[in-house]
Amino acid sequence: MLTNLKEVIFFTVNTGLDLESSFNNLLQGLGLSSEVSHILWLPLPMLLVLTSALIGVLVTVWLERKISAAAQQRIGPEYAGSLGILQPIADGLKLLVKEDVIPTKADSLLFSLGPVLVLIPVILSWLIVPFGQNLIISNVGIGIFLWIALSSIQPIGLLMSGYASNNKYSLLGGLRAAAQSISYEIPLALSVLAIVMMSNSLSTVDIVNQQNGVGFLSWNIWRQPVGFLIFWICALAECERLPFDLPEAEEELVAGYQTEYAGMKFALFYLGSYINLVLSALLVSILYLGGWGFPIPVEWIAQFLGQNIDAPLVQVFTASIGIAMTILKTYLLVFLAILLRWTTPRVRIDQLLDLGWKFLLPISLVNLLFTAALKLAFPLAFGG
Amino acid sequence: MNIASSAQQICFVILGSVVILGALGVVLLNNIVYSAFLLGGVFMGVAGLYLLLNASFVAAAQILVYVGAVNVLILFAIMLVNKKEKLKEIQGLKVRKFLSGLVCTGLLLLLLRVDFTTQWISPGPEAIGEMATERIGEHLFTDYLLPFEVASVLLLMAMIGAIVLARRDVLTSDVGTGDSVDQNLIEKSNEPILLDQSTK
Repeated sequence: MLTNLKEVIFFTVNTGLDLESSFNNLLQGLGLSSEVSHILWLPLPMLLVLTSALIGVLVTVWLERKISAAAQQRIGPEYAGSLGILQPIADGLKLLVKEDVIPTKADSLLFSLGPVLVLIPVILSWLIVPFGQNLIISNVGIGIFLWIALSSIQPIGLLMSGYASNNKYSLLGGLRAAAQSISYEIPLALSVLAIVMMSNSLSTVDIVNQQNGVGFLSWNIWRQPVGFLIFWICALAECERLPFDLPEAEEELVAGYQTEYAGMKFALFYLGSYINLVLSALLVSILYLGGWGFPIPVEWIAQFLGQNIDAPLVQVFTASIGIAMTILKTYLLVFLAILLRWTTPRVRIDQLLDLGWKFLLPISLVNLLFTAALKLAFPLAFGG
Repeated sequence: MNIASSAQQICFVILGSVVILGALGVVLLNNIVYSAFLLGGVFMGVAGLYLLLNASFVAAAQILVYVGAVNVLILFAIMLVNKKEKLKEIQGLKVRKFLSGLVCTGLLLLLLRVDFTTQWISPGPEAIGEMATERIGEHLFTDYLLPFEVASVLLLMAMIGAIVLARRDVLTSDVGTGDSVDQNLIEKSNEPILLDQSTK
């Protein structure tokens, strides 16, 4: 039994931390058939996604409260846990036990379905986020395209909840949300297309691998500075964060499509927006900042220290560095988003649509054209 | 039968019933908003069927284009003009309903006949799975280049048409005599955008 476990662990790290096959091997070592062990494996990635997304949200909410407090020269939450670190959990519990109100004249079916439709695509998109060569839920070939497709479902949920609330502010908020996410999806997809063109693959793992040739110098941000800015602006607009939070602009629309929601259904919207923020930051770090790559390639460091990169211990070490790097880059971007939210004013709806259609769309088209030209002219630097 | 294939069959039954019942709902429900949302459900069901056939790129494209663009635009249009108004009585509604039902049943019978008389090859050609993206790209830029370009010209025409319709310039005065006229259009622009600027 013990030798069996040792073998499994050895096998795990030897093949570059492939958790699924090692889990299956472990269970088969205990005398279960491969199908049973596969079925036992299936819920684990889902649980992992849910927990990591939720923990990401809790951290982000705490950061948001602390940083906004600092920006406004307040202290922020401080009594729940040290430095108020338990405040997001307290907020969540409060929302859980609140009364779930459905307005009398609202369409109760659509009213309940709306928040679910907003949340599910966002959580599903976590499937394609890699934290290491094999540390990804599912390395589907269509990778980043799956995320673009899934994020286009969200406006339907927003329109649904806006309509079902039977409230003019909600309807206006829902319409604005749909208009905004349609207009910003196009430049977003075009800037992703430029990246895909350079790495010749839609898969997120391939995109990261292509960036990690010579450490931070080969990150896509140097090759795609314009694409990076477009992607970041569009990602903020898709997350409906200030300066683009028109769908829920407090001063104009009460709270937009969320106006009539309370309790757990409101919590779903809240969760959805924060998971989306963390996901967008993760994707920016994967597409432009080298994903799990350390600024200096770990292979070089291992060589310098005279270690074999395939040795089990080194493998565990590099995998943890990869996870730490992904999370570090992501939270740097989240920090930037929070700072932007608390220091910039809101744009008007016509300015928002003008920016999307008349500025970002042409620029991203030109960026795509330039990338194609550079790829043909300098195939070595731009992925031939 | 192993677990994978039985799971596949259960998925197929669920998706098939979602598509058929949803499509019936789209046609038969009285509330147009429900119809539009159900249409989105039908599109999602079809995308699920593509996924079952191991065509993940087509499934994602289906969601992106039909759910994300077409259905959202339909909903948008419905919600912008969602006025509750009494429609005029239509002459001979029952006869019309009967006739259209007859046509639809005839079409269904015809399709069923096609279904039962054709020799379906089973199993069909093997799915190429992840290779599909590259293969579709190759086809679009070689042997299907002309249809691809023609489709883009068609879209361009539709776009120009939409712009012309949306930016209808209203004449407030007769060009010949200079008298003010009312063209009895539903929407009236407060300020003619292009035409009256020369007179100022």
